[in-house]
Amino acid sequence: MTIKTMEQFMAEGKQPEVLFWVGSAGSYDDRAKKITKAFVKILNKANVDFAVLGAEESSTGDVAKRAGNEFLFQMQALMNIEVLNAYEVKKIVTCDPHSYNCLKNEYPSLGGKYEVYHHTQFIQDLIASGRLKVEGNLYKGKRITFHDPCYLGRANSVYDAPREVLKNTNATIIEMKRNKRTALCCGAGGAQMFKEPEKGDKDVNVLRTEDALETKPNIIATGCPYCNTMMTDGVKAKEKEAEISVLDIAELIANSESL
Amino acid sequence: MQYIPNIIFAILLILAIGYFAKNVKKLIRNIKLGRDVDVNDHKSERFKNMMMIAFGQSKMVRRPISGILHAIVYVGFIVINIEVLEIIVDGLLGTHRAFSGIGSIYGVLIGIFEVLALLVFISVTVFWVRRNILKLARFWKSEMTSWPKNDGNFILYFEMVLMTLFLVMNATDIPFQNMNNGNVISQFIAPWFSGMSEGTLHIIERGAWWVHIVGILIFLNYLYFSKHLHIILAFPNTYYGSLKPKGQFNNLESVTNEVKLMMDPNADPFAAAPEGEEMEEPSKFGASDVQDLSWVQLLSAYTCTECGRCTSACPANLTGKKLSPRKIMMDTRDRLEEVGKNIDANSGEFKDDGKQLLGDYITNEELWACTTCNACVEECPVSINPLSIILEMRRYLVMEQSAAPVELNNMMTNIENNGAPWPYNQMDRLNWKDE
Ligand code: SF4
Ligand code: SF4
Repeated sequence: MTIKTMEQFMAEGKQPEVLFWVGSAGSYDDRAKKITKAFVKILNKANVDFAVLGAEESSTGDVAKRAGNEFLFQMQALMNIEVLNAYEVKKIVTCDPHSYNCLKNEYPSLGGKYEVYHHTQFIQDLIASGRLKVEGNLYKGKRITFHDPCYLGRANSVYDAPREVLKNTNATIIEMKRNKRTALCCGAGGAQMFKEPEKGDKDVNVLRTEDALETKPNIIATGCPYCNTMMTDGVKAKEKEAEISVLDIAELIANSESL
Repeated sequence: MQYIPNIIFAILLILAIGYFAKNVKKLIRNIKLGRDVDVNDHKSERFKNMMMIAFGQSKMVRRPISGILHAIVYVGFIVINIEVLEIIVDGLLGTHRAFSGIGSIYGVLIGIFEVLALLVFISVTVFWVRRNILKLARFWKSEMTSWPKNDGNFILYFEMVLMTLFLVMNATDIPFQNMNNGNVISQFIAPWFSGMSEGTLHIIERGAWWVHIVGILIFLNYLYFSKHLHIILAFPNTYYGSLKPKGQFNNLESVTNEVKLMMDPNADPFAAAPEGEEMEEPSKFGASDVQDLSWVQLLSAYTCTECGRCTSACPANLTGKKLSPRKIMMDTRDRLEEVGKNIDANSGEFKDDGKQLLGDYITNEELWACTTCNACVEECPVSINPLSIILEMRRYLVMEQSAAPVELNNMMTNIENNGAPWPYNQMDRLNWKDE
């Protein structure tokens, strides 16, 4: 796997085409790391000259902000912006809709202005410009349903890119009854990922998994590492893990191409 | 003597409008208790939103049944109000159907009013059935008891009665029926009164006329105490609604200043504040009471129609948690009203009543159940953002009271120490590459 850091690019006196913002989940969470690697494979396949920050990357502060800790958020943001601006970063891609939203919408007024893409948008562009060809038939005849991440969908009105990319798998795409702007949250957002839920009669991820199961899917496709965890847990709670897999769109594309 | 009805009418009109104006003043004063926000930008885009969302009802029709029924009532309300103009002219001048001189177009107009009146009556009846017989879940949540529940029904009864009176008034108006122009609906009601003497009919007609207009004036003054206030406030609220992507939460400037100072190695933390700033009150982070919210958020609280579309899409509420975004708005309004009454009672100054929005109305448990998913914001037909209030209150809990749940405190400590919500070393961020 060819992965270069910004530092290495700098030492060579070069600028990468894009910075891949890996995010905390993508860096440390075992499940999310697989998504990170799948996306790197796609970037390599399409010959994208990309860099990562490595140890110079730090939490965007997104989750601290949603928890109400504006101090911590802005400290993280200003720190990251210092690093990003020092490297003169212009374009960023990330597999995490929370980082995407935060970098794209909340960093600019603090001095961090970048062109930010979600990986599904980036892959869509690679395919459209002919840099990436997806031809495998691995998923032909399979039923895939896509769960919209709140921070990509409602938060930023990106509904088409993930669906367009999914079409390239040649699978049958089935929409859940709550989809796009009416999609139900997986239950992880707003810092819920890091705490026990309040008292209620059900867990949000189980309710959302039930939405997905109604479509009788072989695969639940996600575009966010946190959604992925929540849906995977939901499928387990419903004891369906033998029949149904939960995969990120990057993984589906990488697998189709047997990367 | 013959002017007595005109005089009574004028007095009633002045009293009704006067009382309404008094309440509107109070309303504006209460809304202005909120913090200032800059919403003077993008005027044309804002105007467009108002025309689309409030005037054009674009978000109402996303739920087709209630959306279309609501559109009928809404159009009916606006159009039939033209007739109220004539009623006021008649009442003041003692004329009878002052506008009928405009010729056959008058018949067309009244015909349209009559058809709309019938449609409004039917729609409102369906609304009543949905609320009370079919018991749509969103009208039976825990915050929809006592006043909010009655209020919803009162409005429907009001409309039923007003529409009936309008049609009866036309049906018993002998000259109007004889004119046989525009009585498209009332001609079928007129036979119910056949056999009555002309004198009786005239009394019924006058009675209906008076009760109708007095009813309208009462309804006007009912607005302030009701969710029905949305028929006015939906317009400013959709105008001032956020134009930013829903995921974008505001960055607190007061925090930026402090953080920059902290991060600047050259800053002298003991330096005197620049001139003119020393008198500034230390800012409070987040919101614990209504005065800490922005005036747009307070306007929203008064605008809320209690329709519950937000709550019916809220993942926390759908899974049995206490959080209901509609309740957040209703609590904010109720507390604001309480603060307003406090100010009235204490000759214009708020006297600490030992209460606040946080705790006395909205509990921590509700606030922490939110996933910040924006479903409530997406659903609201009048551009209300309950999430923004939840966020402000979380900010207060965390930054002023350090009252976050333990797990969240651990998560935040991790970010502070190693730049990730989990306790991993920042130096290991790229380890995945070789695994
Ligand atoms: S943002 Fe919060 S309050 Fe609004 S729907 Fe989502 S969980 Fe409910
Ligand atoms: S906030 Fe909006 S969606 Fe929720 S009850 Fe009020 S008007 Fe309806």
